Amino acid sequence: MIRDLEGTGTLIRLALRRDRVLLPAWISVLVLAVMSTARATVDLYPTIASRLEAAKAVNDSPSLVAMFGRIYDPTSLGALAMVKWVAFGGAAAAVLAGMITVRHSRAEEEAGRLEILGATIVGRRAPLTAALVVAGITSVALGALCALGLMTTGLPTAGSVAIGSEWAGIGLAFAAIAAVSAQLARSSRNATGLTIAVLGLSYVVRAVGDSTEGLRWLTWASPFGWMHHVQAFAGNHWPVLFLLAGFALGVSAAAFALGARRDLGAGLLPDRPGPARAVRHLCSPLGLAWRLERGALLAWTCAFVLLGLVVGGVAGNVGSFLNTSSSRDMIRRLGGEKGLVDAYLAAELGVVGVVIAAYGVHAALRLRAEEISGRADEMLATGVGRMRWAGSQLFMAVAGTTALALTAGFAAGIARAVQTGRALDALDIVGGAVVQLPAIWVVVGIVAAAFGIGARFAVAGWVALVLFLLLGEFGPLFRLPRRIIDLSPFAHVPKLPGSAFAATPIVTLLGAAVVLTAAGLTAFRARDIG
Amino acid sequence: MSIAEAMPIRVAGLRKSFGHTVALDGLDLEVRSGEVHGFLGPNGSGKSTTIRVLLGLLRADGGTVELLGGDPWREGAALHRRLAYVPGDVALWPELTGGEVIDLLGRLRGGLDSRRRAELVERFELDPTKKGRSYSKGNRQKVALVAALAADVELLLLDEPTAGLDPLMEQLFREVIADERGGGRTVLLSSHILSEVEALCDRVSIIRQGVTVETGTLAELRHLTRTTVTAEVIEPPVGLDSLIGVHDLDVQDLVQDLGTHGTRVHCHVDAPHLGEVLRCLTEAGISSLTSRPPTLEDLFLRHYATPAADERAADPYES
Repeated sequence: MIRDLEGTGTLIRLALRRDRVLLPAWISVLVLAVMSTARATVDLYPTIASRLEAAKAVNDSPSLVAMFGRIYDPTSLGALAMVKWVAFGGAAAAVLAGMITVRHSRAEEEAGRLEILGATIVGRRAPLTAALVVAGITSVALGALCALGLMTTGLPTAGSVAIGSEWAGIGLAFAAIAAVSAQLARSSRNATGLTIAVLGLSYVVRAVGDSTEGLRWLTWASPFGWMHHVQAFAGNHWPVLFLLAGFALGVSAAAFALGARRDLGAGLLPDRPGPARAVRHLCSPLGLAWRLERGALLAWTCAFVLLGLVVGGVAGNVGSFLNTSSSRDMIRRLGGEKGLVDAYLAAELGVVGVVIAAYGVHAALRLRAEEISGRADEMLATGVGRMRWAGSQLFMAVAGTTALALTAGFAAGIARAVQTGRALDALDIVGGAVVQLPAIWVVVGIVAAAFGIGARFAVAGWVALVLFLLLGEFGPLFRLPRRIIDLSPFAHVPKLPGSAFAATPIVTLLGAAVVLTAAGLTAFRARDIG
Repeated sequence: MSIAEAMPIRVAGLRKSFGHTVALDGLDLEVRSGEVHGFLGPNGSGKSTTIRVLLGLLRADGGTVELLGGDPWREGAALHRRLAYVPGDVALWPELTGGEVIDLLGRLRGGLDSRRRAELVERFELDPTKKGRSYSKGNRQKVALVAALAADVELLLLDEPTAGLDPLMEQLFREVIADERGGGRTVLLSSHILSEVEALCDRVSIIRQGVTVETGTLAELRHLTRTTVTAEVIEPPVGLDSLIGVHDLDVQDLVQDLGTHGTRVHCHVDAPHLGEVLRCLTEAGISSLTSRPPTLEDLFLRHYATPAADERAADPYES
């Protein structure tokens, strides 16, 4: 057993050395964002009465409760200040810990580097142990620094420690989930995908439980639910943390057990033999792009059917929840003017739009993966021109996002129409989803433009998307000037259903998307590959 | 036959830099139609960069590049239908089978000869139903080779194609390339496996630090270099040490059991001066003579051993 762990220390140092920029950067951005949010909120709600009102507005709005969880103590300034960050910070910690685990286990194995190390004095369990330890160190450091940062803003010490522990705990839980994924899947891309899928699922399970009367127990069926049940700044239920820690330990043990049952480089999900000849429609750049993307697209489509059904299904409860004037005001401000339900739907479809844009970035970034792996060389050395090759990948991103918007729109629309009995309601909701597309394509255009400069710059798409998300969520809180908030394409999307449709922003966004994409393709044509 | 038909690849004074690193510094390369042309150079000498410029993947900073009579940068896609490329490190799509990749690449080129494809898959003992991620390096190489060799094209650009193959497969590769030459295809074979180049290539270009240092048939290259001469002569040779073209001369008196005297001469001779050396030795009375032509390895090592050695070696015929 001890022999199996030989070399773990060396591997940990190697991993920390490789991540010495990534980890501090990620953690400091998060700590700073959390601290500035806390500072801004403290000024915003000076009296108990103002907090009560704001907390009630959040708790009475199912869409906000679904997105962020509920506020368990409406008088607590900390709970109010951190309402968005509990979920955001938790998701950030989970993604970071999961990514690190996969990066230092499956990704290393895939690259063949573990084979080099495995031949030296490194025990069989050492790589996974090292990956988990590094992810654990990161999670705990993230939680501790956030807790310290929050204390300096004047929030209560116990609550600050509790919320930091929540994030450390969810980080540990998802490091363990990623460790299992890394045993099941053979590629790091799939292992990461599997981890993100579990993350999305547990987020949605918690969201449905929190926002649906009678399904509250669901919040106890998800690691994200446990995190919220710690109730930082609102009672600080410390024992719940043991649930997260125990889960992390148990799942990690499962990962080691699974790892013992497979060979180096292999996955537990076996590779089945495939066709010996290619079907004719595979043999074009577009056919290849479709073939490479269809699995991911199918998974995303299923997720969006579920998401759409939840969004549309919860809409019916909105009216009954909203019985105070302040909450009505709040939801009206969030969305359009016509009806509360419309405003709710418009707000939710806005969130759906951002998530679809994440798929768009993911799909467009295949350009980068193809070029960096050298597969682009092989394609571009055939009769396929650069425009056709890059255009095909980008077309898949555009077509895929369109399909997802329609899927989410129809799923939400049908769920809503079943409640109201009016088929036209469904079409309004589909319209609200489709109207997000121009903004989504602007983000895809940003990937294309950055890719035109160089493959390694294409990740700017993620940076831009996170920036737009933060501008939308926190821009008003930080009282940023309108023109800064307007940098986000999502700020220009008409709030449908509810508001009047405006053609000008749509045309402007489409124009921006076209210009960005054209600029990217033109630059790509003139640069070196690889 | 036009120039373009006679010479599918014509590169002159090609320059390419990446930032401050100069990869190609005035490289020349001419490949004649129907020949197998060896492209020799150590790691990092610019072989792959040259091939990537020829494919239009990189833009040349200077010089002229002509591929199949066209400009690869501007007319890449059209020209690519007439050639096939095998990279040194083949990357496959993890979710596609080897068979699918062969068909995909083949059809995106000039088209695929199905009978030839089947024959090659069998000869290379390739399992075309396995997914890209489960192939070893050698098997990935085979997938790319089969795709290139089965494609209906006139030019093959092979960048160290046998790097991951076992000796049996390497032998098979040689047979297949020999067939290709018989079929009239032009092949540019970059390699640093000397025996392979010696066995397969009609002509060779040797590059070093982005410059072509030698080019020609193997016979020509040998002519340009030194022959090792070992002789036993009766009298000590007169004037051998003053001849130009003689290097590393070593003259030793031989003392034998019966007291017979003789002299053993060992030296390296530049090929153009071989006649004068032989005349001198004949005058001294040859009792035995061996001469060994340079191997490709000698040629190669002469250019790469050390810069100083290289200058000394290059001296006689460059001055």
